Amino acid sequence: MAEKPVYSLFMKNLRAGKFVYTGEAEPHKTTDISDLIESFKALKGYVIAINVTDNPTAYAYISSLVASYLIQRETGIEAIYQVTCRDRNRLAITSDLLGAYALGIRNVLALTGDHPCVGDNPQAKPVFDLDSTTLLYLIRRMVDEGVDLAGNKIEHPPKFHVGIAANPNADPIEPELLKIERKVSLGAEFIQTQCIYDIEVAKAFLKEAERWKIPVLIGITPFKSVGMMKYMIQYVPGIKVPKEIQERIIEAKKRGGKEAVYEENIEIFTEMIKELKRTTRLAGCHMMAVGFEWIVPKIIERVEGGRPSYIEAL
Amino acid sequence: MIITEPKPEEEIKGYLEGFNKIFIIGCGSCATKCETGGEEQVKAMAETLRSWGKEVTGWAVPEECCDYRFLRRDVIRPHKETLEAADAVLVMACGSGVQAVAEVTGKLVVPALNTVFIGVTERLRNFHERCRACGDCLLFYTGGICPVARCAKGLLNGPCGGQANGKCEATQWQTDCAWVLIYERLKEQGRLDLFLKPRLPKDWSAWSKPRERVWR
Repeated sequence: MAEKPVYSLFMKNLRAGKFVYTGEAEPHKTTDISDLIESFKALKGYVIAINVTDNPTAYAYISSLVASYLIQRETGIEAIYQVTCRDRNRLAITSDLLGAYALGIRNVLALTGDHPCVGDNPQAKPVFDLDSTTLLYLIRRMVDEGVDLAGNKIEHPPKFHVGIAANPNADPIEPELLKIERKVSLGAEFIQTQCIYDIEVAKAFLKEAERWKIPVLIGITPFKSVGMMKYMIQYVPGIKVPKEIQERIIEAKKRGGKEAVYEENIEIFTEMIKELKRTTRLAGCHMMAVGFEWIVPKIIERVEGGRPSYIEAL
Repeated sequence: MIITEPKPEEEIKGYLEGFNKIFIIGCGSCATKCETGGEEQVKAMAETLRSWGKEVTGWAVPEECCDYRFLRRDVIRPHKETLEAADAVLVMACGSGVQAVAEVTGKLVVPALNTVFIGVTERLRNFHERCRACGDCLLFYTGGICPVARCAKGLLNGPCGGQANGKCEATQWQTDCAWVLIYERLKEQGRLDLFLKPRLPKDWSAWSKPRERVWR
């Protein structure tokens, strides 16, 4: 088989079998993301790329395209530009993708997007002209054939690596797995999962994922506080946090307040990642510590015993 | 059937401000079955209008309000004078019915109902949306369950991350996830190959502009 072309450091490291970490930046309803950029500069060398969310949970925030560009330019870390289908039809998405390539973006995560009714403008008309699968199909056509969905030719077609999300917590899980299989058959190149706390859920999912033969990064979301943990358990669909982890976080809080909670998080996720690295074919971890990014290097250092050894040039 | 529900009385009252003589038209078809524009509801509306000090010049419930032929036969011919005497016509039918009345009578029309969806009747007063009239039926591929109408996002390749235990987040977990239903149905029928097959982006051009069908 011919060597598949590589357009980004993120993919280069995955292809080389490096265990990679990605971060997650959630730009908000603002015109100034310099604080966010500052907090990610400290992750240089630890994460190989940063996902930039596209109006997460249907809140109208600064454009993920603009934020991806700024973050990539200012931090020197590649962006994984998240694109959802909720707010834009195929015309708008096509033109944003062309613009993204022109701005140097090389990684895209194709998502459906949450329904507007859970967001901050619930009166909005949902678009969903495409869904995550058909968006993936659009990107493949742009990259592989140099055309848009209608078959119109693109001058200087973009080159992206395109990934998909997966929810290993889904119940029932079978339709979720078949959906992923659909997307793999269309040419998805990597998977980043929703956050997982139950190592057995992670192992079961990674076992299923072996047949897809594309790298899987599991989602890690440390708990900023006991309150945040309780919120996640109550409101995030399908999140399962094992009793043992809940107890460790609550115990830590009693023992030493929030500092102890942070330390316990570092311990819990270090153990989990080490165990998964040892027993599965996990390709990396997607670290979603929105608002306390500083914890990410601490977890990575404890797992790796220092900075990860990434390939630093294309 | 077209499912309708009454507008709030205050809204109707506002529309009728300045109009004193009102003719009421119901619908003998869908709105009768919905109990929103049948004879009983039309008579009750007449009482309400009188209580607001209006004069009800007459009323009629055509066999179907959205059909010009029934409007002529059941409304215009038998009620010519009382219809003409009215300042406005209050229509207790779906949006198609309201517009048909406007076109056929030339009168100023006031809608009394909101048109909510194309649905099925489970039993009296229990209606469920099943079709969005997308113009390109894909029910064969989805086990006879329409994701365009029944998935909150109208996804062609679900389920999405907003389902848990087969329920949909967008309806506060009150309705079933259409894509879990489709999965279960196709599995039961031994046709999961259809589920697995990616459905390509839909051609919305048949849907995205005003539609008419005139067969000769």
